[in-house]
Amino acid sequence: MTFHDALFLILATASAVSALGVVVSSSIIRSAIWLLFMLMGVSGLYFFLGAEFLGAAQLIVYVGGTMVLVVFGGMLTTRGPFDHVPVGLVGWVLGGGLSLALFALLVQASLSFVSHPRTDTALPGTGPLGLTLLGVPETPGQTAYLLPFEIVSIHLLVVLIAAAYLARAKRRPTSTHPEADHG
Amino acid sequence: MPEFNLIYTALMIGGVIAFVMGTVAYLILAERKVAAWVQDRLGPNRVGPWGLLQPIADGGKMFLKEDVIPSHVDKVFFILAPIVAFSTALLSIAVVPIGPSTPPPAPQATVAEYEAAQAAYQETFTFAIQPGLDIGILYIFAIGSLAVYGVILAGWSANNKYSLIGSMRSSAQIISYEIPLGMAIVGVLLFAGSLNLETITDWQSQHGWFILFQPLAFLLFITSVYAETNRLPFDLPEAEQELVGGYHTEYSNSMKLGLMLLAEYAHMITTSFLMSILFFGGWSLFGLENIAGETGIGALLLRFGILGAKVFGFVFLFLLVRWTIPRFRFDQLIGLAWKVMIPLAILHLLAALLVRHFELPYFALTALSVLLFFIAGAASVRTSSAQKTRRKQARSATREHATVGA
Repeated sequence: MTFHDALFLILATASAVSALGVVVSSSIIRSAIWLLFMLMGVSGLYFFLGAEFLGAAQLIVYVGGTMVLVVFGGMLTTRGPFDHVPVGLVGWVLGGGLSLALFALLVQASLSFVSHPRTDTALPGTGPLGLTLLGVPETPGQTAYLLPFEIVSIHLLVVLIAAAYLARAKRRPTSTHPEADHG
Repeated sequence: MPEFNLIYTALMIGGVIAFVMGTVAYLILAERKVAAWVQDRLGPNRVGPWGLLQPIADGGKMFLKEDVIPSHVDKVFFILAPIVAFSTALLSIAVVPIGPSTPPPAPQATVAEYEAAQAAYQETFTFAIQPGLDIGILYIFAIGSLAVYGVILAGWSANNKYSLIGSMRSSAQIISYEIPLGMAIVGVLLFAGSLNLETITDWQSQHGWFILFQPLAFLLFITSVYAETNRLPFDLPEAEQELVGGYHTEYSNSMKLGLMLLAEYAHMITTSFLMSILFFGGWSLFGLENIAGETGIGALLLRFGILGAKVFGFVFLFLLVRWTIPRFRFDQLIGLAWKVMIPLAILHLLAALLVRHFELPYFALTALSVLLFFIAGAASVRTSSAQKTRRKQARSATREHATVGA
């Protein structure tokens, strides 16, 4: 076993164990924190593969942003110390069956990948990838995704505003007593 | 990504960890000495001459203390929290050049040219664990965003109201201040044209330090750094007068607490390096770094000395500020981040974009930066005086009402 294999084994085991922790744990915050370690492990794999930007972006967006909010929300809304959500037998069977099916699908998909080595000598970069994603088609007839991309981002903005509207503090009827306003 | 010699890398890792740990140990002593100095006391002076052996005594005490885990905590995460805090603190220094550095080659058009440039780069040596990482500063931000989990995990798993309040304050604070922290350096990145710290140092050694062109960005950066490292005036997560010890209340005085404190001081060292490298030109000193020649042992030592002096200055500033500015209230803290620093950072970024796009001289940005600072200052004075008048009116109205009621 080479040094690389050993590193990969450590990262992959850490991610897999944490992923199991997410589904097996019955406390919401514990699940969230296992998910966090799983994301860290996966971004470690990205670093390992030389895709540093992807790894860093995953850490910043998911681990540093989204998961903080999830954990924060969980801590604010639990009713007691170490709140547990009991899972019945039906839940285990249904969830387990679905996860097994998904796992089988993913294994099948990942085994059917064939890598195509590049034949041209140009250095690969993120430029062409960005151009393909956001439009500016190099050849006529190619689809540009700029418009759908913008629509999706505006959709997200609308959702955010709606969420803020729904979650805003409901104003109580104004009291006649001035103390209530500045107290 | 360049290939690495495993032995050099292992030596670098060992050296950097030894350096950080040694500095941290003496930082704790320095903190107590500076505190004593500010408060006109003597400070620790019993262990060794001038108390110089105090860190060893403290470390020994931490190792020998009984490790108490309270029965009401969530054991797994209670033990994991200090590990997360400490390992993230150490990981983030991996891309920081702690000495003289060579910028990595710019992107090339073809694979052959790229490999030739990389081979030439292999011949040079940079004092960093991972030199030539293209995403440089982004990696530090990514690892830095994990640091909050040490605090969150410790606070939640302790199952104690003080710990939980401390960790919730901390997560709100760290999320808020990450935004101005990141936006403050976008201006720097726009001009240097790279995320790599070695390239940023190289740009500054050719064109001048960024503090000269973007003083406002530096001010925003240093303020956010103080908030991110939980130092006074932003130490609400562990405010000992209100929260006992904040998120580490339940940790007995053993190595777990020791790791948390070490992580905090290691963050101070990393961020001091970052401030020196991003805004104060790293190892460059207006050409003075070449007095002892471009290469050779003399130049090496001189450059180490210049960077070390800058880092020491920032660390000392950390210690002094702690005893100079009182703690913020929580609403003031969040208000400062969202109402003052983020708008200012956006405006500063806009100014940097304009200067960059129209290729104005760099000192135009200095003028814009200072102007923005004074406009913000004037605006804040106006709002605070307006608020004061409003509050006074409200108070007198209440008093009248009370008198009428009586």
